[in-house]
Amino acid sequence: MSKKRVVHYINQFFAQIGGEEMAHVQPEYREGPVGPGLAFNASFGEHAEIVGTVICGDSYFNENMEEAKAELIEMIDAAKPDLFIAGPAFNAGRYGVACGAIAEAVQQQLNIPVLTGMYEENPGADMYKTNVYIISTRNSAVGMRDAVKKMSALALKMLRDDTIGSSIEEGYIPQGIRVNLFEKERGSKRAVDMLLKKLKGEPFTTEYPMPDFDRVDPRPAVKDISKAKIALVTSGGIVPLGNPDHIESSSATKYGKYDLLGVDDLTQATYATAHGGYDPSYANADADRVLALDTLREFEAAGKIGSLYRYFFSTVGNGTSVKSAKAFAEDFSKELIKENVQAVILTST
Amino acid sequence: MVHMCTIVPISMTVGANRIVPTVAIPFPLGNPELSGEEEKTLRRGLVERALRALATEVDGQTVFEN
Repeated sequence: MSKKRVVHYINQFFAQIGGEEMAHVQPEYREGPVGPGLAFNASFGEHAEIVGTVICGDSYFNENMEEAKAELIEMIDAAKPDLFIAGPAFNAGRYGVACGAIAEAVQQQLNIPVLTGMYEENPGADMYKTNVYIISTRNSAVGMRDAVKKMSALALKMLRDDTIGSSIEEGYIPQGIRVNLFEKERGSKRAVDMLLKKLKGEPFTTEYPMPDFDRVDPRPAVKDISKAKIALVTSGGIVPLGNPDHIESSSATKYGKYDLLGVDDLTQATYATAHGGYDPSYANADADRVLALDTLREFEAAGKIGSLYRYFFSTVGNGTSVKSAKAFAEDFSKELIKENVQAVILTST
Repeated sequence: MVHMCTIVPISMTVGANRIVPTVAIPFPLGNPELSGEEEKTLRRGLVERALRALATEVDGQTVFEN
């Protein structure tokens, strides 16, 4: 049987054109495998071969996505591939986004199986994991051999039209797709078996991994609260009326920073909640019920605190990932530290 | 940092070290059953507790019930 045809996408760096200074290069096609493509070719053995490689600069792709995709699809289509593979991009953000985007476009427009690989924290992973198989790789090219092995294995399965297994089995980033299956034993038995193992101190495998919440040491007490600069932060989604930054009502992808200069009270006419996970009517009627601005202003005037920081930070905690929440806090905390805020009152709903 | 929230076990799980339990999920620092002034008094009490929490040394996770 003739070898299956594969086209491979890489960026300017892996094509050895150059680094950041060459990230603007436009799409080009080269016959045969290039760079990591050689390793893929070796693992494909008799079953498949990389007939051509498309290359594009990471900046060019991300800044001209529609044109880049169109140019690349034309080149890829001309090579008549049976399968398309992109990357692996490891933790390179623009490269990961490019790999996900071009793989998705090829899948949609050329109707052939596609896959890519990147580190799970690559922004391209969250963006494309639902639609495209993304093999989970290490966060740098140190993991190339491992990535190639897993990507090739999945590629060959796809070429054979085999059933693709679960993310744990195949090594791709979980797509959030639930597949109903029948367990051999009923849940109550599995739960009791697991509990018995736990009680005996024996190893057990959870059916549902919990996110890892890390711990920090408590900060020393504020020495003189009447002189302290305090900031307000909330996950209750309090925003200026109209939600100008369009913070999502669930799974927020951003936080807002809002100016409290001259504001002594949050009213129905000026503030509301964007949070979709609790009954908003009370917060919409009076947002001080979630973000105690009126009280902090009173305390500021009465000298109970030194001052209230001019801005408050807000996001919607509903379904927002730990990862995102951490990232938001790491971001705005830089400002809080820079502005000598000594303490934060965080309210959640 | 002091975390003012209603579901204290969640705050404990995520690792807040100073926790002030609040009234209810949709109105942590309020109570629509009360009059405007009573609500403000309630809110002042809770925020004062939060300030006290910030000014108190703790050596682990601590819930400030009063």
